[in-house]
Amino acid sequence: MLYDAGKIIAGLVIFAAFFTVPFWYGSDKTSEMPKLELTAKAKQAGQCVEPKEQMRQNHMQLLDDWRDAAVRDGNRTYTNSAGKSYTVSLQNTCMDCHANKDKFCDRCHGYMGVSELYCWDCHLDPTKEKNLWASTDGNS
Amino acid sequence: MLEKALRGSRGYWLWIALLLGIIGVGFLFYLQQLRDGLTITGMGRDVSWGFYVAQFTYLVGVAASAVMLVMPYYLHDYKTFGKIVILGEFLAVSAVSMCVLFIFVDLGQPFRVMNVVLHPTPNSVMFWDMIVLSGYFLLNIIIGWATLGAERKGVQPAGWVKPLIYLSIPWAVSIHTVTAFLYAGLPGRHLWLTAIMAARFLASAFASGPALLIILCLIVRRVSRFDPGKEAIQTLAKIVAYAMITNVFFLLLEFFTAFYSGIPGHMHSLQYLFFGLDGHGKLVPFMWTFVVLAAVGIALLLVPKWRRQENLLAAAAAAVVVSTWIDKGMGLVVGGFIPNPFERVVEYAPTGAELLITLGVWAIGFLILTILYKVAVGVKEETAA
Amino acid sequence: MGFDRREFIKIAGLSALAGLGSRAAFELLGPGELEATSVSYAAKESALTAKRWAMVIDMGKCLPEAGCKDCMERCHRIHNVPDFGNPKDEIKWIWKEAFAHAFPEQESEYLAEHLHHEPFVVLCNHCAHPPCVRVCPTKATFKRKQDGIVTMDMHRCIGCRFCMAGCPYGSRSFNWRDPRGKNAQGEPFLKEINQEYPTRNKGVVEKCNFCVERLAEGKIPACVEACRHGALVFGDVADEHSEVRQILREHYTIRRKPELGTDPSVFYIV
Repeated sequence: MLYDAGKIIAGLVIFAAFFTVPFWYGSDKTSEMPKLELTAKAKQAGQCVEPKEQMRQNHMQLLDDWRDAAVRDGNRTYTNSAGKSYTVSLQNTCMDCHANKDKFCDRCHGYMGVSELYCWDCHLDPTKEKNLWASTDGNS
Repeated sequence: MLEKALRGSRGYWLWIALLLGIIGVGFLFYLQQLRDGLTITGMGRDVSWGFYVAQFTYLVGVAASAVMLVMPYYLHDYKTFGKIVILGEFLAVSAVSMCVLFIFVDLGQPFRVMNVVLHPTPNSVMFWDMIVLSGYFLLNIIIGWATLGAERKGVQPAGWVKPLIYLSIPWAVSIHTVTAFLYAGLPGRHLWLTAIMAARFLASAFASGPALLIILCLIVRRVSRFDPGKEAIQTLAKIVAYAMITNVFFLLLEFFTAFYSGIPGHMHSLQYLFFGLDGHGKLVPFMWTFVVLAAVGIALLLVPKWRRQENLLAAAAAAVVVSTWIDKGMGLVVGGFIPNPFERVVEYAPTGAELLITLGVWAIGFLILTILYKVAVGVKEETAA
Repeated sequence: MGFDRREFIKIAGLSALAGLGSRAAFELLGPGELEATSVSYAAKESALTAKRWAMVIDMGKCLPEAGCKDCMERCHRIHNVPDFGNPKDEIKWIWKEAFAHAFPEQESEYLAEHLHHEPFVVLCNHCAHPPCVRVCPTKATFKRKQDGIVTMDMHRCIGCRFCMAGCPYGSRSFNWRDPRGKNAQGEPFLKEINQEYPTRNKGVVEKCNFCVERLAEGKIPACVEACRHGALVFGDVADEHSEVRQILREHYTIRRKPELGTDPSVFYIV
């Protein structure tokens, strides 16, 4: 026996509609998986601070570890599993090679729906900030 | 039980709509604050806490005051409070909700608020304040809901409710003590650096909370068939009277220590608040309003024949609510920052956006209160019938 | 089945709570022990190290250069400190205050003429017992164990401003607005930008960090390097052979509000 059947069914329909909004919303869009694009400098280096597969999977964890090592422990030298050392710095080490943030970071993050990162609220985007300030200087 | 809040008179729904309207306006201005930052408030580098934190401090007191009903009823078997103890508990729930929201709207990075849990820091009083406030919220909503549910069924509350009730008594004291410690442990803020801060907070809480409850009881009696009882209200009035006297006494102690010792740092903030300092005195009229309202409130509450006239009682309760709000809200929080660490007077006044966001949070609190009271009163009407 | 809906909800709820709480408990008992790594982190070999970094400010050398702002300008430029152009929102790491304001309890109308209204350089005192660290609910502000510098983890700051209430020196500034923004005339608050140092975002507190990022590279703090008059001396106050200890032995120095028990690491020769 179902009491208030009308109300319950109407509620379920509304719930289902809400729940599937992302599918309706994105139904007319298809996006191709973006291709990774490296700068000449990154290509020349051949390998990041850790092997490519590891970076692809775990770069977010590594960045978190780097952040805590540099800011909290004051340890700004990273020695990787192969014994090679790097300066721990997103802005000065990572972005030195991966200067094409728009292509290297943003496209994939956008594709994966994880573009709401606050890194660049403070860290400088090498593709942007210089231009931003230059343009305001040029106008005045 | 919640279904009771879904049936109401035209006036009830108009009131709900009004609250939702105010919440909507407040929310819009909060979005502006999210976008532009806290620069849209009157706060600045010298007075870095303002209206939001003032409301928070005041409302922790209102929340703590539920103990003034719980203790006489459950610990001393004072039956008269039996009918209204639920009103005190639900007022606490609504007040704590507002406290949490006022802290939230005061944060510069609200979306990182969980950092307080992810990186627990026991040396910070704010960490403990989070624990005691959330605990107090849970205690009151659980106790209130369980006792009301039992009352509706006409049975005794479950066995596990009693220990929670006893726990809620010291817990109420703890929320306001810990909140006072937010202020009282800071070197270099002379107005706050006082050993009787927690005692002052509790005294003003036990005045302001029950005073607000008197007003709420009078309103409930007018809009529903539930009568909290004349005697219960009169007892509340006596509690308010003596708590308010204690509160004012504590403030006078602060004056004595500061002005008899003559230590400049101890006098400056009080001078600023009550007399003005270096030609600045924005808060002076407010502080004297506090003095006058406190005196009027105490007089009306102390004299039995005035206290028993309900019009005068309502006026007295309102006077106490407003005066404690000025003193503990604005005066205490803002006064603590003036003069600044460089002994300069930089004044503060909230902006329009800040006031509307504040109003929005109050409206959320009153919405929660209205719904909870509707449920409680509905159950009372049902069992009385 | 002895496992009804009520029971299930109870157990599910409790496990969720336990799950949420246990990570916090682990963090409390041993921060960072949850993650193990096979790689290593270390300080640079060229890094400058000390047991307790401190600064001596020789006002005898500073005061005659009344208009000089070298230390402040260098610091604010290197650290991307914005200029909002109004005192309410102002952010500053190092600046000047008249003696009466920097040392309000020492003020007297009969004070030596040359001190009375003269500007003193003030900055974070990097206290040995910092109230800002004590009150911070997230450890966003912390004192470095290795060298006593009181610094900030900007990623963690929730912007509650308890530290600003706690600091008795007014050394902390809050980002009331976005430092990367522009004023009504369209001019950026950051006139120029140092590409090697981050900016901040709105809603976090900031202050002088004794140039931890420069010390890590083997460089002395920017303000000390910028001062052409040798008025700022930086060194290890825990090392009895250091220059700062030598100066402290030979001169009468004062500190700001020592009676509060904060034990400041910035000393003034008056």
